[in-house]
Amino acid sequence: MTAAQNATEALLHGRAWTFGRDVDTDLIIPARYLNMKTAAELAQHVMEDADPTFAGRVKPGDIVVAKENFGSGSSREHAPLALKGAGVSVVIAKSFARIFYRNALNTGLPILVAPEAVDGISEADELTVDLATGKIEDLTTGKTFQAQPLPAFVRELVDAGGLLPYLKKREGAK
Amino acid sequence: MGMTITEKILARASGHETVHPGDLIMARLDFCLGNDVTAPVAIDEFEKAGFDKVFDPERIALIPDHFTPNKDIRSATLVAQMRAFAKKYGLLHWYDVGRVGVEHALLPEMGMVGPGDVVLGADSHTCTYGALGAFATGVGSTDLAGAMATGEAWFRVPESHKFEFDGGLGRYVTGKDLILFVIGLIGVDGALYKAMEFTGSSIRGLSMDSRFTMCNMAIEAGAKSGIIPPDEITKKYVEGRFMREAIYYASDEDAAYEKTYRWKGEEVPLMVAKPHLPSNTQPADELSAVKIDQVIIGSCTNGRIEDLRQAAEVLRGRKVHRDVRCIILPATQAIWKQAMDEGLFDVFIDAEAAVSAPTCGPCLGGHMGVLAEGERAVSTTNRNFVGRMGHPGSEVYLAGPYVAAASAVAGHIATPDQIGGRRQP
Repeated sequence: MTAAQNATEALLHGRAWTFGRDVDTDLIIPARYLNMKTAAELAQHVMEDADPTFAGRVKPGDIVVAKENFGSGSSREHAPLALKGAGVSVVIAKSFARIFYRNALNTGLPILVAPEAVDGISEADELTVDLATGKIEDLTTGKTFQAQPLPAFVRELVDAGGLLPYLKKREGAK
Repeated sequence: MGMTITEKILARASGHETVHPGDLIMARLDFCLGNDVTAPVAIDEFEKAGFDKVFDPERIALIPDHFTPNKDIRSATLVAQMRAFAKKYGLLHWYDVGRVGVEHALLPEMGMVGPGDVVLGADSHTCTYGALGAFATGVGSTDLAGAMATGEAWFRVPESHKFEFDGGLGRYVTGKDLILFVIGLIGVDGALYKAMEFTGSSIRGLSMDSRFTMCNMAIEAGAKSGIIPPDEITKKYVEGRFMREAIYYASDEDAAYEKTYRWKGEEVPLMVAKPHLPSNTQPADELSAVKIDQVIIGSCTNGRIEDLRQAAEVLRGRKVHRDVRCIILPATQAIWKQAMDEGLFDVFIDAEAAVSAPTCGPCLGGHMGVLAEGERAVSTTNRNFVGRMGHPGSEVYLAGPYVAAASAVAGHIATPDQIGGRRQP
């Protein structure tokens, strides 16, 4: 069993942190910190220019909930790394910018597209997320939501444990 | 049903007769690249996964351009890691300070990328090379690590959106104004996951430098790629420069576009994107109440020779306003030398602007012109997000070189006509 398979089976549980649309990668991790590259270092500055108190208050398992075009802008993989390093367990958004979407899957940060959930969840609500089924439950309000499942090809990549193990496996099969 | 230029390139690279939007393909890469922000993370991933060779040492460029000449110990350490990797694997395209330039100006200039290519870059502005008639897209570090190891990458074939401009352009209007005009209308996710194809007689009339500027900012509309079908201007640029054989593709007459937009070139005014999104646009001549502290002319968007000539046309015989710092960054060593030979630096120095070595530096608030709280810049770069060029309380207004140079003179946002027009040597 790879780590990714275990991760997709886990029931995630945490507090919702809500953000608006077009949360760009400069907000997620400002370029002034790109002379660093480890998740632990980057996590200390995650979302600093959107909410300077976020990095100090976010707890392992917490869930970022955002509107359209989350992760727009730069290709920096430091953005999903910083969120992972801070303990964010999943990002739920109405839509994702395409490079961030790739980077999140490649680095093992779960992401879900669920527009109705984003509209229905309020700041600080307590959530559970089942990655295997895409079911999102708001324990604070009792409402449940369904996220779009990942495309089959992407699930295959995630099941292999990420992009590089997937490519390594293909190389071995040649 | 015919294919778009993007679909034809991706069909060739994936070994298919045809591809359709939505298809997931594994494509052979003609070239890949990373910079001093993204490559170190890619190298870590490459080594962690246990790869011990690169797919082709002649098709990978590592370009230390973001924080170079190195601004601090941490950034110097990142470049040292790239340098060691480049040496270990014998990479042909490793360029250090003195040879390096801003990646998306350097690669086309040296002929590392060209028409018909599939290019994967660990930098969002990799879409710049679409100006050559290539499919080029930005990714993150892990994708680059996989590309360096295998020479392949997976893609979802994007739907194409066509942006057609016809007829002549207004005075001083360049590719920068056209692309800001488009982003202002469709928004920062108006082409999310799509290929933006720019066509029409206005586009065919653009120089290569203006075409690079347009494709460079396709990502600012959320696009996967931007592309301009190659023509005689492309061929003239590519011949004697491109290191491999060019393949010139064109879209079929009956190719399918998810959306088509049409404008007259003359509709486009000199544009500015106000804080804090590239889509927050307004005509430049309506913004003269905006006082500024700094002007940046350079970057992968507008640091090429034509951009510097435009700035010089406006700055010639004038002085930068006493309350403004004007910093000019030619994007490569070759552009630097060309500008020097043409006497542009005399114009800049006499105008009391500073000229820097090639670097991305200030565009991302790295170095060479970081903004303090409350300061405002007019910049020829591509992003004006919160904190992009420094303090989160600073502001960036995006514009082309004509407006940037005129604003440097005026001390507020201005067009060349508002300060008395251009001056020939």
